[in-house]
Parts: sequence; C-alpha cells; structure tokens
Amino acid sequence: MIDSSLKEIAAALRAKTVSAVELATDSLARIDAGNATINAFITVDRDGALAAARAADARLAAGSAGPLTGIPMAHKDVFCTEGVLTTCGSKMLSNFVSPYDAHVVTLLKAAGAVMVGKTNMDEFAMGSSNENSHFGPVRNPWNTDCVPGGSSGGSAAAVAARMVPMATGTDTGGSIRQPAALCGITGIKPTYGTVSRYGMIAYASSLDQGGAFARTAEDCALMLSAMSGHDPRDSTSLERDAEDYTRDLAQPLAGLRIGLPTEFFAEGMSDDVRAAVEAALAEYRKLGAVTVEVSLPNARLAIPAYYVIAPAEASSNLSRFDGVRYGHRAAEYGDLNDMYCKSRAQGFGAEVKLRILTGTYVLSHGYYDAYYIKAQKLRRLIAQDFAAAFEKCDVIAGPTSPTVAFGIGEKSSDPVQMYLSDIYTIAVNLAGLPGLAHPAGFGAGGLPVGLQLIGNYFGEARLLGVAHQFQQSTDWHARKPAV
Amino acid sequence: MSLSLDEVRHIAKLARLELAGGELEATQAKLNGIFGLIEEMQAVNTDGVEPMSHPQELAQRLRADKVSETDRRAAFQAIAPQTEAGLYLVPQVIE
Repeated sequence: MIDSSLKEIAAALRAKTVSAVELATDSLARIDAGNATINAFITVDRDGALAAARAADARLAAGSAGPLTGIPMAHKDVFCTEGVLTTCGSKMLSNFVSPYDAHVVTLLKAAGAVMVGKTNMDEFAMGSSNENSHFGPVRNPWNTDCVPGGSSGGSAAAVAARMVPMATGTDTGGSIRQPAALCGITGIKPTYGTVSRYGMIAYASSLDQGGAFARTAEDCALMLSAMSGHDPRDSTSLERDAEDYTRDLAQPLAGLRIGLPTEFFAEGMSDDVRAAVEAALAEYRKLGAVTVEVSLPNARLAIPAYYVIAPAEASSNLSRFDGVRYGHRAAEYGDLNDMYCKSRAQGFGAEVKLRILTGTYVLSHGYYDAYYIKAQKLRRLIAQDFAAAFEKCDVIAGPTSPTVAFGIGEKSSDPVQMYLSDIYTIAVNLAGLPGLAHPAGFGAGGLPVGLQLIGNYFGEARLLGVAHQFQQSTDWHARKPAV
Repeated sequence: MSLSLDEVRHIAKLARLELAGGELEATQAKLNGIFGLIEEMQAVNTDGVEPMSHPQELAQRLRADKVSETDRRAAFQAIAPQTEAGLYLVPQVIE
C-alpha cells in the first residue's frame, strides 16, 4: 500500500481496507528492513507514529479526515519537531530535542499525516551528496555505492526505497530537485516565500525554501497544498492564501511553450543525461507542447553568486550556535571566548566550517560591497534573464544535474567540484522561482535521470500539472529500485 | 586572490572557530579554491544594477505591540548545557 498513490491510499483508508495504524506499522517495518543499508533516517519515532496513526483512524471513523489523514511521512531533520530529536545532520544539535514544532510540521500534523521519523541530510543542509552528515552518508537505493544527492538525501532515498510515500525537504541551491533526480522520484521547491521557514533551521535565509518529495507530481501537489500558506512568524512569508495545487493537473499540454535555455544544453551535461532529457522533451512534444529556445546569459554566474550569498547568510545564521542556550558545549574550556571557539570547532563538520569562514570573510570590513552586494546585483541580473525568458515560454525545461548519481567519496575531497554539480539548480533559488524535478529515464549504470521544470513566480500548480500529464503517458515514476 | 595563513587565522578568530594547527593549511587550500570560483563574478559589469535581496521586494511587516508568547523558560532551559536558578551559566566574564 505504501507504493500506491496518495489518492489510492486515502481511498483505501476510507473504504477501511487498511487502517492508519497498519500503514504506519508497514512503513516502520520497511524502515527497519532497509535503514541499516540506506541510512535514510536519523530518528525513527515509533511511539509517536503509532499514536498519530490511532488519532488518524479516529478522525477517519468520525468522518473528519482530510486527503493526507493517516498517510505515513517523514520530515527532513532540518524541521523542528516538538519532543523529537532535531539534529540538522550535525553533532552541534545531536542532543537537541526541539521544544516547538516548525510551521510545516504543525500544518502536516493538523492534516493528519503520520510522521514516522526524521531523515538524514547534509549538515545544516550544506551539501550536494549527503556525505556531510554527522550521522554518516545516505546511500542511493538504486546503487548503494552511490550518493542520493543532497542536501535532502535522506528524504529522497526514503521515498525512492518506498519506506514512506511522501517526505518534506528544503531547497537552498537544489537540495530538493537534485536528490529527487538522483533517486528517481518527484520533488518540488515552490516560489520563495510560499512555505513558512518558521522552525526550519536556517542556512541561507534569502534562499531557503521548504518543499515536497513524493513518487509523482500528483502526490507532490496534494502534499504542497497542505504545507503552504502565509505564516506571520516568518517575516519573508508571502501574504497569499493557501492554494489548491492540484487544480491544473488535468490541463492538457497542447500549445504549452517549453523554453530550453541554450546555456543548459551547452557542454557540461553528460551524454546519458542528455539522451534522457532529449527523449523526455520528445515525449512532451508528442503530448502537444512546443519547445522554444531561450537564453539565460547570466546563469553561469549563479554558482559564484550563490557561494557568496549562501555562506554570508550562513555565517550570520550559525553564529547562534555558541554552546550557551542549546546544542553542543565543549567539555573543557578556559574563558568565554575559548568556550565559543572550542564548542563550535567540535560541533561543526568540515564543510560547515568552510562555509562559515567564507561567509565571515565576504562580510568582513572592507569586503562587503565587493562580495555580498556584488553577488546581490548578479542575483538581479539572473532574475531579469528569467523574466525575459518567460516572455517567450510558459515553463523552462532542462537537466537537473549534469550527471546521474556519482560514487560515494568521488567528489568529497574537492568542494569546488561538488559545488559545480548544482549548476542547473542554483539560479532558480537566486531568482526565487519554483522548480520541480521528475523522473525522465535512466542513464549510466541504470541510475535515474531527472528532468527539471522551472516555472514563473507562483506557477507551481501549472508545473505540477505539466509533470502530471507527462506521468500519465510515461512510467519512469513507477520504476522502483530493487533494494 | 589568495588568502595567507594569517588571514585564515584571523577569519577563524572572527568566526569563533578554533582551527587546529594541522587543519590550517588544508582549510587555506580549500578556501582559495572557493575564492577562485567566486572571483569569476568580478568580471561582470554591474554598474547601475540594484542589489536584490528578496524576489518579491517585500517590505518588513509590523505587528501590534502586545504579548503573544507564553512563558516557556523551563522548557527552553531544559535543553541548555548549563543553567542555574533560571539563568544560563557561562564562564566568568567580569572579574
């Protein structure tokens, strides 16, 4: 049943052919069977899941259930969960039991979704491979020698391995779309400001955005509808009403203009990814869409701009981890300053330290204009490129990642090589646009390839509809790994 | 651009991160790799371009000046490394 669509699961719950407790028990058994290999979960909340499932069954019996009531799910460990360990993949928070729920957690609880646990991730969401977790790397269910992508690698792997039918993620530079692509599932990052950041542990606040992972676009639409909406506790949350993201699922593709950025199809994309992307575009044309060439001339500047803006904001955000109010404190220290320096040196991993140092430098006296302001100007140029492209097309399509999943350890020694793996996703965050990745075939080693669709601001429903139509005539999303 | 070891030490001090002797050179090499990537943006002319911090150009909202949070000191201090009598304890700062 975990392998069915959310609609089918919801129908079965209403028909009483399965109960929420049975679903939660099945999900927990799948995690017990697979997690030793995949390492997708940092925390499994057995008692909490069964209690939530019993409450969901009561709601179903009382006739007050919604579309997600009783459906098992997982939260990326970046979301604070009251009474449940919330680590953000870091030793710094390895003892942090959150005293409150993130807004997203509150909304999904209210919807009756049953959280079975918290998923592994790159420490503080910094990474593209999930190798930066204090709790060990996540393994790709399609090939356990390969990475699942990052930073939301645990959530993507958990859905791909059919441990849960849906999971939350966050995307600062590609951290939902890239792992969705590398694990062969669907993932969406909405327009910046759509999903509340309250209780979502901050990495780069002007880019961080929560989103959804599931097998299909339809499932993502149901999940995102329950996660979105204005929250006054997040100062960048947009004052828009909650939306029904399923509203465009049935819309046909005839006449849809798909923009193909010249820069995304130049060198850099591996041949196997290119072949799968081209085949997916051919399928879209068969369904009535037309493809048009567009240009994003400043897209190549997205990586340098990102690696100024994100570390700058991270160095500021992560200054809160001082060993005083929560988190790790060194066992031995001299004065207050020594306590800060030792607690932070011990609590943070290597990649987090690198980004804090990069950010500290670019924000330091005399460098702010040359780096942070310069990067924010490039950000505007990138956003203007997208605005010009959307005058010629309805959605933009291209690869999500230049290659299929790479080997564990293959890129971990050189941060710059790792950073370049996000070349197609980062510009979307800088512009604040919605982006989606959906399964589009297989490349080298039988590993999944994901097509990326980028929408204009608030174009989530259309993006999900486009992907849904593709999934009505293809079965890539239905393929599952043997693990 | 390339950072000297002294500059790396200085940034680490500003960031309140202790770097052990052996970590210093490796950190310097990685930071210089990252700054090599970042420097690419200096070649672009951005004269007259307004910096962008939020895609929707939001103004900061104001809220009414009234108490909205409840007192949860006990819950918050339960997860602190060291507290006493409702206070967070740190090494003595003032002699």
